[in-house]
Amino acid sequence: MSNESTKKMMFVALGVCLVCSVLVSTAAVSLHARQQRNKELDKIKNILIAGDLYEKGVDSEQIFKEKVEPLHIDLSTGAILDENEVPDKLSVTKFNIKDISEDPDYGQFIEKDKDIARINRMPGVMLVYVIKSDDKIDKYILPIYGKGLWSTLYGFIALDSDLETIQGITFYEHGETPGLGGEVDNPNWKEIWVGKKAFNEQGNVAITVIKGQVDPTSPKAKYQVDGLSGSTLTTRGLDAMVKFWFGESGYGPFIKNKKSEKGESNEQS
Amino acid sequence: MLEYYLSLFIKSVFIENMALTFFLGMCTFLAVSKRVETAVGLGIAVVVVQAITVPVNNLIYHSILEKGALSWAGLPDVDLTFLGLITYIGVIASMVQILEMTLDKFFPKLYNALGIFLPLITVNCAILGGSLFMVERNYNFPESVVFGVGSGAGFALAIIALAGIREKMKYSNVPPALRGLGITFITTGLMAIAFMLFSGIQL
Amino acid sequence: MSKVKSIVLDPIFNNNPIAYQILGICSALAVTSKLETSIVMSLAVIFVVSFSNLAVSLIRHHVASSIRILVEMTIIASLVIIADQIIKAFVYDISKQLSVYVGLIITNCIIMGRAEAFALKNPPLLSFMDGIGNGLGYTFVLLFVGFFRELFGAGKLLGYTIFPVNTEGGWYVPNGLFLLSSSAFILIGLLIWAIRTWKPEQIEEE
Repeated sequence: MSNESTKKMMFVALGVCLVCSVLVSTAAVSLHARQQRNKELDKIKNILIAGDLYEKGVDSEQIFKEKVEPLHIDLSTGAILDENEVPDKLSVTKFNIKDISEDPDYGQFIEKDKDIARINRMPGVMLVYVIKSDDKIDKYILPIYGKGLWSTLYGFIALDSDLETIQGITFYEHGETPGLGGEVDNPNWKEIWVGKKAFNEQGNVAITVIKGQVDPTSPKAKYQVDGLSGSTLTTRGLDAMVKFWFGESGYGPFIKNKKSEKGESNEQS
Repeated sequence: MLEYYLSLFIKSVFIENMALTFFLGMCTFLAVSKRVETAVGLGIAVVVVQAITVPVNNLIYHSILEKGALSWAGLPDVDLTFLGLITYIGVIASMVQILEMTLDKFFPKLYNALGIFLPLITVNCAILGGSLFMVERNYNFPESVVFGVGSGAGFALAIIALAGIREKMKYSNVPPALRGLGITFITTGLMAIAFMLFSGIQL
Repeated sequence: MSKVKSIVLDPIFNNNPIAYQILGICSALAVTSKLETSIVMSLAVIFVVSFSNLAVSLIRHHVASSIRILVEMTIIASLVIIADQIIKAFVYDISKQLSVYVGLIITNCIIMGRAEAFALKNPPLLSFMDGIGNGLGYTFVLLFVGFFRELFGAGKLLGYTIFPVNTEGGWYVPNGLFLLSSSAFILIGLLIWAIRTWKPEQIEEE
């Protein structure tokens, strides 16, 4: 049978496809469980890193169970949902930002002029985390995401109980250039965020990721974070991302509510 | 409206140049830039392929692969995005094949001038990169057309520029061991640094 | 035996895929800002190019010319997906850093280039060794570039501080240029200069 005969060509092509599909599916299926576990552990680790609770060698899942509490919030109103009434799709074990954003019931489209983080869609209900010590809220761990250069970055930003000071940031998923935009993973850069203020005295979003290095003597320094050298577009993406999520379309309403709650309880005490 | 597409075009050619900002398509870029004539031929071929494949891939993505895209067929829950990579490469390979046959039949002179560079476009990461960016940034059809033409033109601009420099360098005294490939690498590095000037422009 | 030896060792200095054949450039620029990512990328490429060569060589007598490119692409794409799955399962942290680029191995010209130039015309064992050889040649360039870019760009190697950086209380001011891909071009140019001075037979004639 000549190689050029149609029958032989079909046979060879099908044979190759069959062998390849078997090998690829075997690899994907057998390694899937392991990869999922890696992903979950990584997410937990990142929540702890953002909240400054991560310790090398200590069981992250244990710390997570003891000190971190999940919270579902309706983003547009800022209201906290009763954990017992949370629909199954949004439950802690199933909550996936990408899936919920696309969901027709719980995801929503963002208008182009408001979509500064270029994410197009977002969940209407977000799963956030609180770190408590002695029954008082110590920090809020808020998921954030936005477009960088090559990819969408997914991470957590930690907000102090004063609802103004940033206490940490970390990204658990992104595809930015290693060594450039990828330096969002550099612990030294992440350190810069600690102590910066997200809002100014008037209560407006003030946090900015600038191009280059922050001048520590400037009065604006407490709202500014150094950009990543060599990665203008990733830096711009980060700036847009934090501004979006601290703003009206993101956690703005939730933070406002919490602040006025605190204000009331301060007046009462 | 026109302003938006114009700025998208300018962005794709200069600020987000496929070859000198994202460093895609380097193998072809370095190998085909010896003479301006051949560089022009390849440049035109890249623009044509890019201008066709990006919009076509856009149509395929939005009507078949995207999550919910198949709702017109009564299958709103199907998400075929994982087939993306292999579909885009398939489209690119087919387009190159069709272009090759068309040129051979109707524009034989151009076909001969392009020679082997036409099939080489199939494995050019800049072409695949264009389609992947289009998906990542969720462009609609008109945006895809502008982006396709723009990114192709950017690549063409870069390769013709490099060919121009290399032809001029024939008259300079490059050390023998650096001649050819070595000095081309260094030149490209310097060109890339020069193109960084565009990254400060906000459109 | 010596034929096998020359097949494996030739592509490192004499016929290097990046420095002579002009293949595989894109990834050499993108992932070499750190030594760690360069190492993982090199291992992935060695794996894909050797097994792809092996597979193509095994069926070389049965594949019609008109479908051969598609068959090669199918094999290469499958191997890359398998490599990606393995990386995600066993070294998750690094997979996050490499994400896009592992997928781009599919378009890495070295793999298609060697399949066409060698595996289609040679027996399986030799093709496999040719894959290993070219993979090693690629690794050599990547490690060279990665070494200098991380050392001068960040003062570190594999994450360990070699030149204490000024932002961490040391004396070394990192040379930002090395963090950019453009520096990789210049480094490779200098490497080619060095190789051709050592082996003048590679010098291009006017």
